[in-house]
Amino acid sequence: MSLDALFGSLYPLLLQPFADYGFMRRALVGCLALAVGCGPVGVLLMLRRMSLMADAMSHAILPGAAVAFLWAGLSLPAMSLGGFAAGLVVALAAGGVARLTPLREDASFAAFYLISLAAGVLLVSARGNNVDLLHVLFGTILAVDDVSLIEMAGVATFSITGLAILYRPLVVECFDPGFLRSVGGGGGLAHYGFLVLVVVNLVAGFQALGTLMAVGLMMLPAAAARFWARELWALAALASILAFVSGYLGLLLSYHGSLPSGPAIVLTAGVVYGVSVFVGPRGGLLSHYFPGRHRAA
Amino acid sequence: MGEIIRLHGVTFGYERHPAVHHLSGAVRTGALTAVIGPNGAGKSTLLKGIMGLLRPLEGRVELVGLKRAEIAYLPQQAEIDRSFPVNVLDTVLLGHWRAMGAFGAVTAPLLAGARAALEAVGLMEFAHRPIASLSVGQFQRVLFARMLVQDARLILLDEPFSAVDDRTTLDLLRLIAAWHQEGRTVMVVSHDLEQVRTNFPEALLLAREPVAWGPVADVLAPTNLARARAMSEAWDEHAARCERGAAA
Repeated sequence: MSLDALFGSLYPLLLQPFADYGFMRRALVGCLALAVGCGPVGVLLMLRRMSLMADAMSHAILPGAAVAFLWAGLSLPAMSLGGFAAGLVVALAAGGVARLTPLREDASFAAFYLISLAAGVLLVSARGNNVDLLHVLFGTILAVDDVSLIEMAGVATFSITGLAILYRPLVVECFDPGFLRSVGGGGGLAHYGFLVLVVVNLVAGFQALGTLMAVGLMMLPAAAARFWARELWALAALASILAFVSGYLGLLLSYHGSLPSGPAIVLTAGVVYGVSVFVGPRGGLLSHYFPGRHRAA
Repeated sequence: MGEIIRLHGVTFGYERHPAVHHLSGAVRTGALTAVIGPNGAGKSTLLKGIMGLLRPLEGRVELVGLKRAEIAYLPQQAEIDRSFPVNVLDTVLLGHWRAMGAFGAVTAPLLAGARAALEAVGLMEFAHRPIASLSVGQFQRVLFARMLVQDARLILLDEPFSAVDDRTTLDLLRLIAAWHQEGRTVMVVSHDLEQVRTNFPEALLLAREPVAWGPVADVLAPTNLARARAMSEAWDEHAARCERGAAA
């Protein structure tokens, strides 16, 4: 097969959907923006052993988004604000309880997200119908408009800037909180600031992927990156790249297979994770069972 | 020479049970003191209390012309996540926190200081290794290097040798002796009485209540040790409220 013919057969598969349709292009740019913010945030969540906390947060955002949805309809700014407010209340309340009482962070997050989720389901079922609920739960990345793109890009910019500012206290708080306390280094500020970043990234993601799926693009690439990279900056960069690749392939899958885009993207990220678990050189199963000849020293 | 810590009838405890009971006394500036006593005697609690991590139930700790940030503290079981992807040099650099803070730049002199500290603990070639790849003893050296960098006036070490081999212990004891030479005040919790006898000029023997505090030879007298053992076994879940000091 000539190069032209090869290109000719791959073009409709890999590129044409984005060339032909504006909504696919916007969805792709949306994925890029999400990937830039979610990658490093997801890696830090994973290193803090708060992977499940992100899941809890995504549930906590639901009632805020639901209230705004019932009140203002499918309006992105309203739903984002509602979700952000609900997420922030839960994050700060749970973070505060974890810092000030002996209750561990996971337990305090579980308590608050369950309260929030129950309230959200109650609200949606009292006022909305099932189609509305599906919108909130599964998102609509193919309906991303310019306003939402600007929001996602804004969140990405805010996240990267915020992480750059908080980087040192945040990292020290992750791996040696006792030392940070002993030098009086503002661990609380870093902790709460980071929780705010988690919430805004989930809010940016839920518009595209749905409240429950948003966390997928945050945690799956981060978990996958752990099998390939060792240093923090490399983990964060790789998580962003894997998130974007998952978004791109997921969109193609959704386009060619006429599948809902949110689950398609997250499932693609799941495949990337699964492959990494097997073949990743840093502790992947393959390297575990076939480590190769050991070194001399 | 002046005093750096004064303890005024201080009581620390958990759920109102005293772990350190009515301890009074002073630590001289530049003293090298071993804190000894049976398990549960309140040694770790005392260090936490001096560090300000525990609030006294009664009495108070007075730091004489010393800020909390000028204390370096090595807890017994540091809550350090050793699997975290951070390298040895960065860990040691954190000792400069007072100079660089959360947002300040790492300048060339700060970096040189961290490298010198790594050199001093014999880990120069490990500078760029992740902390996850170190042995327990090597990691303890890293923490000592960080304290070297911290340049603290008061250094509190809680059982720093409990999991390290003899050679590491000797090297670390040499660092402690150097701190003593430089006029820093050092308090070390230890279980090894032989080590205390040969390396520490002073000792504080605790059994929740202070048993003896002074020159190491006096403190380690057999009568004191026997008393400490007897006192530490007297734990009572339903002890009455302590009235001592209540009238004062």
